[in-house]
Amino acid sequence: MSTYFTNDHEWIQVEGDTATVGITDYAQAQLGDVVFVELPETGKTLAKGDEAAVVESVKAASEVYAPLDGEIIEGNEVLVDEPAKVNEEPEAGAWFFKMKLANTAQLEELMSADDYKAFVDSL
Amino acid sequence: MTETPPSLAFTPLYDLHVELGARMVPFAGYSMPVQYKLGIMKEHQHTREAAGLFDVSHMGQAFLVGPDHATTAAALEALVPSNFKELKPGRQRYTVLLNEDGGILDDLMVTRPAGEENDGRLYIVVNAACKEQDFAHLRAKLPGNVVLEELPERALLALQGPKAAEVMALHAPQAAEMAFMASEEMEFDGIKVHVSRSGYTGEDGYEISCQAGTAEAIAKALLADERVEAIGLGARDSLRVEAGLCLYGHDITGKTTPVEGNITFCMQKRRREQGGFPGAALIQKQLVDGPKILRVGLKIEGRAPAREGAEIVLPGTDKVIGALTSGGFAPTMGAPIAMGYVPAAHAQDGTKLEVLVRGKALPATVTAMPFVPQRYYRKPA
Repeated sequence: MSTYFTNDHEWIQVEGDTATVGITDYAQAQLGDVVFVELPETGKTLAKGDEAAVVESVKAASEVYAPLDGEIIEGNEVLVDEPAKVNEEPEAGAWFFKMKLANTAQLEELMSADDYKAFVDSL
Repeated sequence: MTETPPSLAFTPLYDLHVELGARMVPFAGYSMPVQYKLGIMKEHQHTREAAGLFDVSHMGQAFLVGPDHATTAAALEALVPSNFKELKPGRQRYTVLLNEDGGILDDLMVTRPAGEENDGRLYIVVNAACKEQDFAHLRAKLPGNVVLEELPERALLALQGPKAAEVMALHAPQAAEMAFMASEEMEFDGIKVHVSRSGYTGEDGYEISCQAGTAEAIAKALLADERVEAIGLGARDSLRVEAGLCLYGHDITGKTTPVEGNITFCMQKRRREQGGFPGAALIQKQLVDGPKILRVGLKIEGRAPAREGAEIVLPGTDKVIGALTSGGFAPTMGAPIAMGYVPAAHAQDGTKLEVLVRGKALPATVTAMPFVPQRYYRKPA
């Protein structure tokens, strides 16, 4: 199992051809108190960069993008009732959705944990 | 991480904000704290439950100075629809500067300072984003014997919340006795300040105007009290929306009148009847016939916040009848609320409407404002 990151501040945990996607601790801190999460529908096919989910803080709405091509196989319904979980455990229980990857070769375009840390430090 | 463009101005409390771990953002030309370490939600709740300290030094403070009260009040009344001739010394009133079409140029607080030595002086506080235009407008319109004196060397702090009075009394005992919308000169720990019992959160509280050099000492003295937390602009906005209060440039603009904006409380009887302010004919007609559109409060079903710009539609149709001017998640209510303009026919409390958010029609109900009961201080009889 490997974890990858995007410069949109998403983390992607990959097992075989299944990816679990969430937003990073840095992202939740930037957003502030999360009050609403809209999840993608199961079965929806998304291309890398498509809008997949919406996360809203008291301040503003932000999009969560599909980090890779694939099909949504599950949304984390817990977040619908408890959006504050995104602030509390962004990189664990508060995953947004799981997707079946169409093209695992795309993983090479993502950042490693070290790359992501360097990227955040540069901001 | 937050880089501040060099063109931004700073309030006298900038260093303190940074020291407190604030996230600074550009706002109305100033670098201002949008939130501190607590975050918007907790800052909002803390203000409703205890007391919050706000830096509002970016707002524009000034005196209108004329030979006597009648002259200065008449000069101001020519530009606004409120009664200032009969405003008592030591009292404050909310009003709006109007354009020739009856539209609103800005909203402001006007105080008639008590004391013989202050006769002919009115103290005004205007929005930061409008202050240059407001001051230019006043200078252009005031008669020759009434002058505008800007007070750029003054800071302004707001202490708001149910514990504000208890905390303030420890530093300025005189403040405890003040009525809502009263205004007095006093000492805060020996520092000369101008205090009014007012604010923009719907809570009891004070606004403290002081010399810039004393602002940090006052802020630190208040923050040393465990009942007080520093509160940023984020919570200031959610607090004022819950209180049903307008944000200039959003909920009221140059294209909306005080009647349409549902703030006719700022127009006292004599002014309504006699007119004599910009746009009077149109505004008086709206007072009689009713406005075509009206600012209303909306409670939105579900959890999704609906924000400024979202369209308001008639249920089950695509017919857009208005748009939100403010909106978001209301921490006190745990639900989304909003304000917006709709045709008067759809403005009654309880009217069912829909608000479009990302293509989805969310059911919304027209709701009387304030959304959260006001808790302004009423002097015991």
